[in-house]
Amino acid sequence: MAVADSHDTHDDHHDLYDHGEFIAHHFDSAEQQFDSGKLGIWLFLVTEVLFFSGLFVAYTLYRTNHPEVFEQAHVFLNKYLGGLNTIVLLFSSLTMALGVRAAQLGRNKNCSVYILITMVCATMFLGVKAVEYSHKWDMGILVRSAFNLTYTHPTPTTEIGKALHISDYLVYLCIVPALLLAGFLAASVISKLINKAMLAKFMVAMAITVSGYFLGVVVGVIFMSATDAETGSSHASVIAEQPLMLMASTQDEHDEGDHDEGDHDKAAADPNHEGDHADHEEHFGSHPADGGEASFDAHHPDPSTLSRDVGIFFSIYYCMTGLHAIHIIGGIIALAWLYWRSLLGHWRTDYFGPVDYVGLYWHLVDLIWIYLFPLLYLID
Amino acid sequence: MNWQLPLMLAQTNDSNLENLRERTEAISMQGTTVPDSSLVREGTSNPFATEYWFPTQASSFAGEVDFLYMSIFWISLVFFVAIIGAMVYFCVKYRRKDGVIAPEPSSSHNTAIEILWSVLPSIILVWIFYVGAETWFEMRIPKENAEEIQVTAKQFGWLFTYEDGDQTNELHLVRDKPVRLIMQSEDVLHSFFVAAFRQKMDIVPGRYTYAYFEPIKDGVYRLSCNEYCGTGHSKMKTACIVHTSEEDRKNNTKWIEAEKTPFENGQRIYQIHCSGCHKVDGQAATGPALNLIWGENEKMIDGTTELVNEDYVLDSIWYPEKHIVEGYGPVSKMNSFKGILDQKDVDYVIAYLKELKSSTGDAK
Amino acid sequence: MVDASTRQKLFGTPETNFLNCSKGWKSWAFTLDHKRIGIMYLIGVTVALFLAGVFALVLRSHLFTFDSTMLSDDMYNQMFTLHGAVMVFSFIIPSIPAALGNIVLPMMLGAKDVAFPRMNLASFYLWIIGTGCLLLAILSGKGLDTGWTFYTPYSIDTNTGVIYATFGAFILGFSSIFTGLNFLVTVNTMRSKDQGWFKLPLFVWSLYATAIIQVLATPVLGITLLMLIAEKTLHIGIFDPKYGGDPVLFQHFFWFYSHPAVYIMILPAMGVISELISVYSQKRIFGYSFIAFSSVAIALLGFLVWGHHMFTSGQSLVVTLIFSAITFTVAIPSAVKVFNWLATLYKGSILLNTPMCYALSFIFLFGIGGLTGLFLGALSTDIHLHDTYFVVAHFHFVMVGGTLTALLGGVFHWWPKIWGRMYNDFLGRVGCFLVFSGFNLTFFPQFVMGSRGMPRRYASYDPEFQIFHQLSTVGAFVLGIGILLSFVVLVYAALRGPRCSSNPFRAASLEWQSSSPPDFHNFLQTPVLTDPYDFESQVYDEELDTYIPREFANPDKVAPRKEPVHH
Repeated sequence: MAVADSHDTHDDHHDLYDHGEFIAHHFDSAEQQFDSGKLGIWLFLVTEVLFFSGLFVAYTLYRTNHPEVFEQAHVFLNKYLGGLNTIVLLFSSLTMALGVRAAQLGRNKNCSVYILITMVCATMFLGVKAVEYSHKWDMGILVRSAFNLTYTHPTPTTEIGKALHISDYLVYLCIVPALLLAGFLAASVISKLINKAMLAKFMVAMAITVSGYFLGVVVGVIFMSATDAETGSSHASVIAEQPLMLMASTQDEHDEGDHDEGDHDKAAADPNHEGDHADHEEHFGSHPADGGEASFDAHHPDPSTLSRDVGIFFSIYYCMTGLHAIHIIGGIIALAWLYWRSLLGHWRTDYFGPVDYVGLYWHLVDLIWIYLFPLLYLID
Repeated sequence: MNWQLPLMLAQTNDSNLENLRERTEAISMQGTTVPDSSLVREGTSNPFATEYWFPTQASSFAGEVDFLYMSIFWISLVFFVAIIGAMVYFCVKYRRKDGVIAPEPSSSHNTAIEILWSVLPSIILVWIFYVGAETWFEMRIPKENAEEIQVTAKQFGWLFTYEDGDQTNELHLVRDKPVRLIMQSEDVLHSFFVAAFRQKMDIVPGRYTYAYFEPIKDGVYRLSCNEYCGTGHSKMKTACIVHTSEEDRKNNTKWIEAEKTPFENGQRIYQIHCSGCHKVDGQAATGPALNLIWGENEKMIDGTTELVNEDYVLDSIWYPEKHIVEGYGPVSKMNSFKGILDQKDVDYVIAYLKELKSSTGDAK
Repeated sequence: MVDASTRQKLFGTPETNFLNCSKGWKSWAFTLDHKRIGIMYLIGVTVALFLAGVFALVLRSHLFTFDSTMLSDDMYNQMFTLHGAVMVFSFIIPSIPAALGNIVLPMMLGAKDVAFPRMNLASFYLWIIGTGCLLLAILSGKGLDTGWTFYTPYSIDTNTGVIYATFGAFILGFSSIFTGLNFLVTVNTMRSKDQGWFKLPLFVWSLYATAIIQVLATPVLGITLLMLIAEKTLHIGIFDPKYGGDPVLFQHFFWFYSHPAVYIMILPAMGVISELISVYSQKRIFGYSFIAFSSVAIALLGFLVWGHHMFTSGQSLVVTLIFSAITFTVAIPSAVKVFNWLATLYKGSILLNTPMCYALSFIFLFGIGGLTGLFLGALSTDIHLHDTYFVVAHFHFVMVGGTLTALLGGVFHWWPKIWGRMYNDFLGRVGCFLVFSGFNLTFFPQFVMGSRGMPRRYASYDPEFQIFHQLSTVGAFVLGIGILLSFVVLVYAALRGPRCSSNPFRAASLEWQSSSPPDFHNFLQTPVLTDPYDFESQVYDEELDTYIPREFANPDKVAPRKEPVHH
């Protein structure tokens, strides 16, 4: 209050209370305003947690009811990419915390730098996610109703896709960021021309932020191909722990013409077959044509041995990560607003509430990812 | 009795499963109209009598349900009259006269009375809860030796399949013979409701639900769908006819006769799809033997036990990895038959399993 | 001590007030003033009430005869769905908190506004967008026929505008969260100096309890509706049994919100009634702390009983038993409130004006609504009564007999405060009588039908029920006329009613220390902190013909206190 008093802006209606520059008319003091904002943001975070809780409950129920689905499905998630994203987000939480500290000390310049780094991390996270998504869409790993696993990677049809050997989906996912990047660069040049230095600076920062997305895409693609190269070993290690994968390889032999499943079974005491093989074949009719797919890898699970409900795992996966990504995008917008206010030098030792609030939100978004990563990528 | 005849279908000699399925679907569950004059109801115009509030008590537990209802009715009435009586009395006695505000001095809190009127209703509520739960167990726990009837609900009609495979569009029961309905839906949520029996149960697609009761009074009652299911929801009603004896039912019912019993259909499905891995002579093969499992508690690889009932069989056929019997792990060697066998086929398999259990079981 | 001219300035009819301090549509559309937002909300929910009320009258007309062909089955299904959805999501949930609460709550705390005025305005615009989306289902020509509960898998299969409607409900959920969050923070941080929790009016307590529910339960509805939209567009297989999903899971999610939502509807109503009973009996409310804590108890217990909507859904026996048991525990705090209101009437000085008539009809109707809840909480009787007209009658007694009468009572009570004008009390009471009698005529016969086994949501029915349906239809029109009459009385009062000054009813909560209509900043002076139920703190002032705080009165003309000040 003491500090606020020195910034009085009296008007006719405000004769009863003194007000500082950033104290809204209905608050008595800066403390009251800060406390209200703080309580408000905590309550908002509670609603966010409950918002996600619906999906966590769905996850828990389906994991309890269909554990096999989760065991079969998570091998399709690249835990290296997930791990990379975890590190990126953790780092962004650190820079966010540093940004809050800088705002508390009234160091607007430091604050703006930390916020910019946080934003770049956020877009980088989205870039890596785009690589993951497009890779799965290529393989037909979609939500339950559209789930149609094939190991074929369709050849790119777009010019850029052909040139860079990246999937069409990834190209599509890059269109909007590319447009944004171009837009921000153009806006910064125009701002410069009309002598709005501050605006130009802001636009450059936004362009840097969007570039983070492409950084994420590049790193993601490199990670993806690196782990793909060692896929054999990585999958083999998974298979060693995964009895289910044994079954997948059994199934491959079956595809080569050996219908005698019983032979592979330790528990089967008497593998005599009374049932006619023609009928027996009937329910295996959903197999792909034998030897059809050239890219078929013995270490990849055979689509036909997967539970039909594996798609539910990916439904939940897309819902959870998609909702999380929407929250990241919301966070970036809030951070951009903070960045702009840092440029204007708004933060003072007695006024830094917004940075604090957005910081809390950002930590929550980070925290949710900390839960999602092991639940989706690191099962078992 | 006067109700519209169910659709009879041309008998076919083709015993193939697909045709069987088409045939049952073609029965198309026409909504039967029951003249309301034939519905039994003992009316009275005395609003304090049980008969005023309820239809005929036609099931063994209907009387108990009505007893609780009327008990709550009287308790509520006493409380309500006391509350409203006091309210009206106060409003008259203490009403403001000539605009003079003169409340008489009185206490604004009294912990003793507050606790009293919190605890006293609690005791009554405990009693209501207890009586309600007691009757409800009777409504939800299956009766011994109950006749089992498969109920198939579909927008917007009913199909009832009896133990011998014959079907009807109305529910035909025998007086004093307990019934266990095993219900499934082909599309959306429905709910089985016969007010005269005071029994109601939702029918949920993708799983089995059950209803138990024992009709104790013969007559024709209204059977309606009680969970909103779309356009024809209010037309999805039929009759429930309680016959005096088994003979009466046999002779006075227009049956849609089955050419094969559910057991035979189940046997056929078993031979086509299951016999490769499952034996019925008690020998373990790739999978466990099936002849004695029905109604047993099976031990699973994770140490739990599962009762082999309708849902267990459905899960085992559609989601083989869900329950893995001890000794057959660590993962299931069975493929899912979801999309190959539908719920009706699973019904036949269940009928087969039941028959196997009772025949082999008896033999031993 | 203050002189007569100051008294005139503070409590007389002000020249400038929040209604005329700025003009033009923009001054309303972009206002951050909680009172203006409250009034806009009030107009909004009134429109929703009339719209949904027309749906109700149409479907009641259809049900006049058992084989009516006035509406097709599809049309009938759409009518009851839209009636329910608009009433629940657009009318009842925002009615008391967002309209009345917005106007009154900050003033009861002696604050100038809610904590987040922009969020408050955003909440209102979200309400408009949400209601618009809900109505888009009709305007798109597809309608909506799922029932307001959107039960899967029917809502996935149907071709009607489920996506519009669920998206609308999703947006309305956020509107509700914003209001709740705002109120929680406001009550926590914006109270007057030295205004402790136990010096808050009970209406504030009930709004606080309501806000807890809004903040904790609504997000779950939000994610459920999003999943339903995803299910309908992408078929993600979480609720759709065709893809291995579980339709009962949807019911759990839905009722996890929607049962607490019932308390969002009734708790603020109880708060209003506590105020009315006390003010119009001119007696300290009996058992303040019991009423206050019972609100919080209801709010918390309300989270644990959602399963009682699903006794017949096939959930496990143990779960069902537990839900039934907890359901009965909610009955206790509700009963405690009714007893306390009665005790407040005892030896009071009861003024039977329009708001008090509504308060008394609330006790009558809520009494029936609450007691019939016992039939539905008990397991065996619920099996029989579930989804019959008995349930329809029960929840209408609670929501309409409870919330709507409390809303009308509250609106009449605070109307002179908002507009500085008095309503015609006689016509107001006639309206109240019509609402009360029309309501009973509409819904009481439905208890009989339900007990006899008439399922709800039936477009045609067995002839034996016809007489009850006819009574019900006649009652519905009487109820409609009653509401319309009250509406006319209120609108006339707001525009042409005789002027009245700050505190005509001798109420002691802080909002009555502002002028009528209040100033833009609510109070011209820092309000004197009074106990909200110490009516002797207000004394009559002849010059102004109103009650003013003792501290401001002319000491020569003030009678000494009879009752000592409570501490």
